[in-house]
Amino acid sequence: MSAITRDEVAHLARLSRLALTDDELDHYATQLDAIIESVAKVAEVAAEDVPPSSHALPLTNVFRADEVRPSLTPEQALSGAPAVEDDRFRVPRILGEEA
Amino acid sequence: MTTTRTPRMDYDEALDRFEPVLGLETHVELGTASKMFCGCPTAFGAPPNTQVCPTCLAFPGSLPVANAKAIESTIRIGLALNCSIAEWCRFARKNYFYPDMPKNYQISQYDEPLCYDGHLDIEVDGKTVRIEIERVHLEEDTGKSTHMGGATGRIHGADYSIVDYNRAGIPLVEIVTKPIPGTDRLAPEVARAYVTELREIMRSLGVSDVRMEEGSLRCDVNVSLMPRGSSEWGTRTETKNVNSLRSVERAVRSEIERQAAILAEGGRIVQETRHFHEDTGTTTSGRSKEEAQDYRYFPEPDLLPIAPDPAWVAELKATLPELPSVRRKRLQAEWGLSDKDMEAMHNADAIDLVEATVAAGAPAADARKWWMGELARRANESGTALAGLPITPAQIARVTELVASGELNDKLAREVLEGVLAGEGSPDEVVEKRGLKIVNDEGELSAIVDQVIADNADAADKVRSGKIAAAGALVGGVMRASRGKADAARARAMILEKLGASE
Repeated sequence: MSAITRDEVAHLARLSRLALTDDELDHYATQLDAIIESVAKVAEVAAEDVPPSSHALPLTNVFRADEVRPSLTPEQALSGAPAVEDDRFRVPRILGEEA
Repeated sequence: MTTTRTPRMDYDEALDRFEPVLGLETHVELGTASKMFCGCPTAFGAPPNTQVCPTCLAFPGSLPVANAKAIESTIRIGLALNCSIAEWCRFARKNYFYPDMPKNYQISQYDEPLCYDGHLDIEVDGKTVRIEIERVHLEEDTGKSTHMGGATGRIHGADYSIVDYNRAGIPLVEIVTKPIPGTDRLAPEVARAYVTELREIMRSLGVSDVRMEEGSLRCDVNVSLMPRGSSEWGTRTETKNVNSLRSVERAVRSEIERQAAILAEGGRIVQETRHFHEDTGTTTSGRSKEEAQDYRYFPEPDLLPIAPDPAWVAELKATLPELPSVRRKRLQAEWGLSDKDMEAMHNADAIDLVEATVAAGAPAADARKWWMGELARRANESGTALAGLPITPAQIARVTELVASGELNDKLAREVLEGVLAGEGSPDEVVEKRGLKIVNDEGELSAIVDQVIADNADAADKVRSGKIAAAGALVGGVMRASRGKADAARARAMILEKLGASE
């Protein structure tokens, strides 16, 4: 039994805004399945005394003091923007025609 | 956009047939100097994109570091709301495609909120209502989009949008209630009282300026209805854009009336986001939530877990300020007021003003009398809040002092207040400029009394013959002749003395 179904890959592709063809879905479903199976081997050695981890370092509470530091100028901030209007980032229409 | 008229059911009929269940999500922008994950300032109203840096603009290679003050403020909010504080929790990535966050995700918290399982007791219509708090978590605010083109300025029909990221990354606390059943007819008032109390708690903690008009306190109102006798909750809608306390109340009422009309016709409530419109007091349909959104939450790898030291949490709890409800009870006892009088002062936002006036030296009864009487009337006339009147508690205290020392009577005091409100200066300056001092000079008063007796021979004769009641007319004459500046009691005593009568 596969670890990830073709339908799940299609769902992920849609969430990620990736347009995949049927052939590509088949291709990636097979690949992702192999990847998940490989990673799943980790679970085989994870015993009760090993909690699931999301971070590589055993650190907590790394904070910064609430102090203001200089910001960019608007010119710097907007210098890489594809389009600018009124010192703001101009972005394409957010809702498509179907909305 | 649909323009068909929304059918609604009369509120009383709706409540006869259905029972509402509320849920409230409140967002509070924290008043930290810098943003949640970077050092950019957080001032409201700065020119666009002047408070941004590589981190809050999501430039490649930038990394967030959590603001210690924001963590502390969130825990203090949780403690004030009687929550448990997590011993260990993480931030989470909430992924979505919308340009208000340049990262394409918002750093939030998901299944591990910093604070959980609390409650807040509020007073509504003389009853205590307990609102259960589901969670209090910390996240970052989003940028501000302006939608261009199209007729309405709304996202629907817009040609494109422009975005200012000054607000992106400002620490934002989300406070979520558990579903609130059993409010019955008082649902709109309960919603309003809850948000009012939250606002006061935030103020007393000093964690936010909680200005609804500037968006530093925002409320989403969830409403569902179930038929009377049913125990199965209906489908809820979530109303956004509710930007004043009054709107919270109106949004609940409007949704109850709208949903009741649909359900009564055998219709079905669509689970959706609705937008509140300040001008009409009604809501319109926004985004449908029928298809559950998949935000692909996962633990934020760029930030380390938070593990608040229990000793530190205990210290934060021990040093919380006196909370508003406790303070109100204390002041009510100190001032010797009934529940009803206190509630009226609370609703009029007069408690801080009266307290400050008392602190400036006025007796509580006098302070309350002026703020809830003359000044409330004037605030109402000019459509401003009491606190917005151009007069200070210290000035009110000075007026009560002048009355207590006999230099002013109530009528003159009202004139002094009028002068201060008109910008003529301090109470003493107004007394001086308008010549409002009571006639305390015995000689001056005596001359006025003599003149009034001479002008009212009939009344004077009656008093001489023992008809003391007739003295009232003479006192009235003295007050008129002195243009209100005589001390009525002193004038009466002098009249009786001169006419050889006694009480």
